Amino acid sequence: MGLSLDDLPAVGEPFRLVATDGSVVGPTAVIDEVLERGPELLAGMIAARVANRRLFSLQRQGRTGTFAPIEGEEASVIGAVAAFEPATDWIVPYYRELLGLGRYGSEVLYRYALYQRGHPGGGYLPEGVRVLFPQISLAAQLPHAVGLAWGRQLRKAPGVVLAFCGDGASSEGDFAESLNLAGVRRAPVVFWLKNNGWAISTPLAAQTAAPSFAARGPAYGMPGVRVDGNDALAVVAVAAAARAHAAAGRGPVLVEAVTYRMGPHTTADDPLRYVPAQERAHWAAADPIERLRVVLTAASAWDDTQEAEAEAAADRAVDEAWTRAEATPVAPDAFFDHVYAEPTLRQRRQREELRGHLADRAAR
Amino acid sequence: MTVLTMVEAIRACLHDEMARDGRVVVLGQDVGANGGVFRATDGLQAAFGPERVVDMPLAEAVIVGSCVGLAIEGAVPVAEVQFLGFAWQAMHQLCGQVARLRYRSDGRFAAPITIRAPFGGGVRTPELHSEALESQFANVPGLHVVAPASAADAKGLLATAIRSPDPVLFLEPLRGYRLIRDEVPDGEHLVPFGVARLVRPGRDVTVVAWSAQVEVCRRAAQRAQDEHGIDAEVIDLRTIVPFDAATVAASVARTGRVVVVQEAPLTAGFASEVVATVVEECFYDLESPPVRVSGWDVPYPVGLLEDGYVPDDDRVLAGILRATEVTA
Repeated sequence: MGLSLDDLPAVGEPFRLVATDGSVVGPTAVIDEVLERGPELLAGMIAARVANRRLFSLQRQGRTGTFAPIEGEEASVIGAVAAFEPATDWIVPYYRELLGLGRYGSEVLYRYALYQRGHPGGGYLPEGVRVLFPQISLAAQLPHAVGLAWGRQLRKAPGVVLAFCGDGASSEGDFAESLNLAGVRRAPVVFWLKNNGWAISTPLAAQTAAPSFAARGPAYGMPGVRVDGNDALAVVAVAAAARAHAAAGRGPVLVEAVTYRMGPHTTADDPLRYVPAQERAHWAAADPIERLRVVLTAASAWDDTQEAEAEAAADRAVDEAWTRAEATPVAPDAFFDHVYAEPTLRQRRQREELRGHLADRAAR
Repeated sequence: MTVLTMVEAIRACLHDEMARDGRVVVLGQDVGANGGVFRATDGLQAAFGPERVVDMPLAEAVIVGSCVGLAIEGAVPVAEVQFLGFAWQAMHQLCGQVARLRYRSDGRFAAPITIRAPFGGGVRTPELHSEALESQFANVPGLHVVAPASAADAKGLLATAIRSPDPVLFLEPLRGYRLIRDEVPDGEHLVPFGVARLVRPGRDVTVVAWSAQVEVCRRAAQRAQDEHGIDAEVIDLRTIVPFDAATVAASVARTGRVVVVQEAPLTAGFASEVVATVVEECFYDLESPPVRVSGWDVPYPVGLLEDGYVPDDDRVLAGILRATEVTA
């Protein structure tokens, strides 16, 4: 049987199955259960890394807006999502996970491309794809996540909500209010806090005086566990245990995935101004992709051909998503759509006024 | 028809809507066994159970914010913020999330969410219980802002709010919960948004108000008639957003004079929006400068001082005289 949340740490060294150097350190029984997911996880992580690098160049070319890189956090996203079921489970991201949600279908990348280009069609996924739109306001997605889980409880529909947030979001009121309500209602939510060390330039020591984020779980009536977020196999094992706990009606779980933001906060940020070089070097040696590659290669579950295929597939996916997004039209007055179910009289008049201006501009 | 107080009308409407639509869920602080601090939800939990009438932790942001997820999963949430002054603790969820749900999802998700909140002064509350903040929300596209002045309208507008596919901030005048009492239609009663109510017809001056100030204006108009022979028309906006500018403009076009009354501070209040609209729409019909009667530009005062803050019929009458004497 899989992991028990009771056996996982809330403070101190996070749970891991594979050490930084690729050596196996966790229980063999657990490793055997998750190892077969390895190639799928590694392919997803490589896809995210390739897409991430492509987005930097697209951003420099002006083909996509400012974006928040996922580099370094691939295992903590893709490993978590791998334990959830697209047919019943919601994924509630903030803004740094969208390149890691391939499990929920190719539409996610296309919609993210629209979102990144500033197209209104980037604000949703079609019916049946249970991924909520990206959230900019820190921790504001967490009340929504609790509402989604609660709404499914009311309908007696199965499913668990996987809600991402970062270490910075833990300082927001919405974080406390949401975990508290989820605990009270025993809502099936897995709160997945990626502790990546930095909130733009704010380091952990300025964010919290607590020994860990996971330690807050029991204060809200839920287990809190710490996992090495750069160990994809440990992540998927812990995510599966957390999901099983919530799905069994035992209430929410807080998981702290200890990871690292290897790049800037966004393409508009320069971390060289505030991140010590020594720290960057330390975490460069803890790269989640390299770690999983070593394990899988040693297990003869990964080779150069698979690596090349994963990279090529990722390239194609980015090309397809951005080409399709760039060809998706939008009317210049589309911002009047969908403010209300029916536009107000004032909105209709304002839209006519704008159309007149646009026609004049076109005629000049 | 049955004569009901406003709080009875609200309670009856909540009961009817919950009975009509199993998706309706009432959530808020003290709304369950206690029936709400004003008893607006009294008896609902006994009738519909604790799964549909839910006592929430004391956390406004998640009371409002969880409605987003509930609505996406098919519920029709009716949340109560215990006093509108506490809505500031949910401002980011109400204005940044709930109001924008349909818009930012490009029409994918509706937001059939009603947020009820008592507001306004006159009952000697502690701090932050009496603020009239409606204009702050009127500046947030995506929200409807509704402020009934009668029990009949409270029932009819609340039913419309709960059935609306868009989010509605439903403002209930706390001093009017038991003071306002009128004939309420039995059974289904829906009042559309954006249609103002003619409270009192008149020829000489148009007086515009909403919520508890409508009754103040009606009294002032009666005194204007009795004491000065001025025939004032009183219009109740019923909904701030959408704003029935056409009814107001048509009235001012006839009377040539306008007084707009609000409890909120003067500066940047919704009365200013009404006046600006009147000036745009009927500038050449105006026979005197528009007049605003409002709270003062100070934070809502403590109990011993509030009588000097909330506009009363003396001040509204003075406004009517100012609007009518200019060319008298």
